[in-house]
Amino acid sequence: MKVRAQIGMVLNLDKCIGCHTCSITCKNVWTSREGVEYAWFNNVETKPGIGYPKEWENQDKYNGGWKRNKNGSLEPRQGNRRRLLANIFANPDLPEIDDYYEPFDFDYQHLHNAPDSKHQPVARPRSLITGQRMEKINWGPNWEEILGTEFSERKKDKNFDEVVQKDIYGQFEKTFMMYLPRLCEHCINPACVASCPSGAIYKREEDGIVLIDQDKCRGWRMCVSGCPYKKIYYNWKSGKSEKCIFCFPRIEAGQPTVCAETCVGRIRYLGVLLYDADRVEEVASVPNEHDLYPAQLSMFLDPSDPEVIAAARAEGIPDSWLESARQSPVYKMAVDWKVALPLHPEYRTLPMVWYVPPLSPIQTAVKAGHIGMNGVIPDLKSQRIPMRYLANLLTAGDERPVIHALERMIAMRAFKRAQQVEGVEDLAVLKQVGLTVNQVEEMYRYMAIANYEDRFVIPTSHKAYAANAYDMKSGCGFSFGNGCSDGGNSVNLFGNKKQTVRQIIPVEIK
Amino acid sequence: MSYLNTLFFGIYPYIAFAIFIVGSIVRYDREQYTWKTGSSQLLESKDLKRGSRAFHIGIIAILLGHFVGLLTPAEVWHLFGIEASDKQLIAITAGGIFGLICLYGLTILIKRRLNNPRIKATSSNMDIAILMVLYVQLVLGLITIIVSLGHLDGSEMLLLMSWAQNVVTFDISEATASIADVNIIFKLHIFLGMSLFVLFPFSRLVHIASVPVQYLSRNYQVVRVKR
Repeated sequence: MKVRAQIGMVLNLDKCIGCHTCSITCKNVWTSREGVEYAWFNNVETKPGIGYPKEWENQDKYNGGWKRNKNGSLEPRQGNRRRLLANIFANPDLPEIDDYYEPFDFDYQHLHNAPDSKHQPVARPRSLITGQRMEKINWGPNWEEILGTEFSERKKDKNFDEVVQKDIYGQFEKTFMMYLPRLCEHCINPACVASCPSGAIYKREEDGIVLIDQDKCRGWRMCVSGCPYKKIYYNWKSGKSEKCIFCFPRIEAGQPTVCAETCVGRIRYLGVLLYDADRVEEVASVPNEHDLYPAQLSMFLDPSDPEVIAAARAEGIPDSWLESARQSPVYKMAVDWKVALPLHPEYRTLPMVWYVPPLSPIQTAVKAGHIGMNGVIPDLKSQRIPMRYLANLLTAGDERPVIHALERMIAMRAFKRAQQVEGVEDLAVLKQVGLTVNQVEEMYRYMAIANYEDRFVIPTSHKAYAANAYDMKSGCGFSFGNGCSDGGNSVNLFGNKKQTVRQIIPVEIK
Repeated sequence: MSYLNTLFFGIYPYIAFAIFIVGSIVRYDREQYTWKTGSSQLLESKDLKRGSRAFHIGIIAILLGHFVGLLTPAEVWHLFGIEASDKQLIAITAGGIFGLICLYGLTILIKRRLNNPRIKATSSNMDIAILMVLYVQLVLGLITIIVSLGHLDGSEMLLLMSWAQNVVTFDISEATASIADVNIIFKLHIFLGMSLFVLFPFSRLVHIASVPVQYLSRNYQVVRVKR
């Protein structure tokens, strides 16, 4: 047993209101530069839809993630090492900028200096790549917001595979929707790391955050196609790939990521998970895709088990981390209560950002008497969002874990309602889903109340003890110039464009 | 004219090589963030796929051919029973085929770089300059084939080999003497070839030095430990 700790995240989709605050705050902090203006380390998609970039879940198109060979070994789906190097001159699986969207801005200045005219002046869009006028914007970062665009387009959503009669969900009365906030999964078995010819992408041993070494990246762009979640972005200006850094400077200081901190719906949870690193390969290559979710669950270690604690100490994991692991909301939701599920485990990357499936549409339908009941718990087979759709999204197509999670959430509501409105302890409903009173009270505290200190249990990294901080005195971290200086003049001997200056000159309007 | 001959073919090779080595080390050490392929496939993929593959296959074969052809001593070829005239024929055939493949790719790439609005807007001057220099160099190289067809005995090729090998062994007078009488096309081709070494550290050509061969033997997963 080789114990490793990782900071994982859970998103409670049942409470996501689709406000995009996470996306905006993330963008303002990390990707407001030229070259990555099209990149969203965090974005919120409306499902069903093809998402961003277009059809990212369709691995027949992009060949992201892992493939299990007949002999049980794993290789990146885009090809083994030799195949991958053979494709290095032109990557056949790379998404193009139009699969994301052509970044644009508006000529706001025109609103100020337009001459007197009969009509209101307008700020017209222009491309942030070419600087040219864009006559019509036909795709954007969130084009499908609240079921925008035709169903004929959105039904290409891969999660509709094997959903019975998917065409009926195009009808107004039958339609359904949910939000899916997405960020880098910081996988235990990352396909981007495996695809990087330069070895520039790495997983940090101490907290599991996956990062790209910007100096070592050579821009071979294999990670972009290798990542099945399409969460690595090629910076067209710097020629390097960039990705979500899980706000590691904040995590190191014991603070939540920007997306989690600013989440209005309080749907995000951060906490430590311990796992057995010796079992990664075995777990990622189980033959049956349905077994991937339970296999990954079995890899997580119980932080209260004395044997695990001893092994973790032997690996040098600090006690503060073990204490955090025992308090971890992520462990509770994923392992204890099994209400959080991984996103697309069939990619075999062992993702570490998990999701509580959304529930809400059932209750109203139950009241109207449209849905069969099973005790107080409605028959989930007839809820608005098809179980199969959620299962394709979260459990590689196995509906049982999704139903199990949703039933527990309904049971929690039923129990608390009986307790607080009717003043009775409805133990029958808990028995039906196999929860104890203590568990359900804790679930209620974490999922319904969701206080800040319950949502975020992040130990500090004790970096000051590990590294000699004196060397970092008056350092400036990562900078685009030579050390702290951005360079005194605009001439760069090595032909690099200045990263801090916008090259695109606004179109003159006469 | 002999002093110019000495300058360009006796001294310039060493200057070029010094800039190549020192410049690359400085850039790798000081500005590694700029060390990259400079791929623009994200912005345009279709033409790149057609052009880049052909260009790279062609140019890698040509470079290897030059390296082996120029620096292997004539005696070694004799040992294998290959006469100068045979060797020249091999060089002309292989160079011609891969030269044309490369030309096809490079033409597409240049057209793409100058005509596609996205690529044009995001290109640096050096990106364009490098493509142009390579194009001229490639065309010059293909013209040398026509020149060589005029004398298939391999004598001129032996002079060029002698120049290259003497430059490598620091025999400047011998080197300049061997190259003095070769056709001007060869001289231009060699001069531009050495200039590519000068441009190397200041352009995206540096990615040649980063061919990721170690990837073939690496573990798929990379974990960094906090020090």
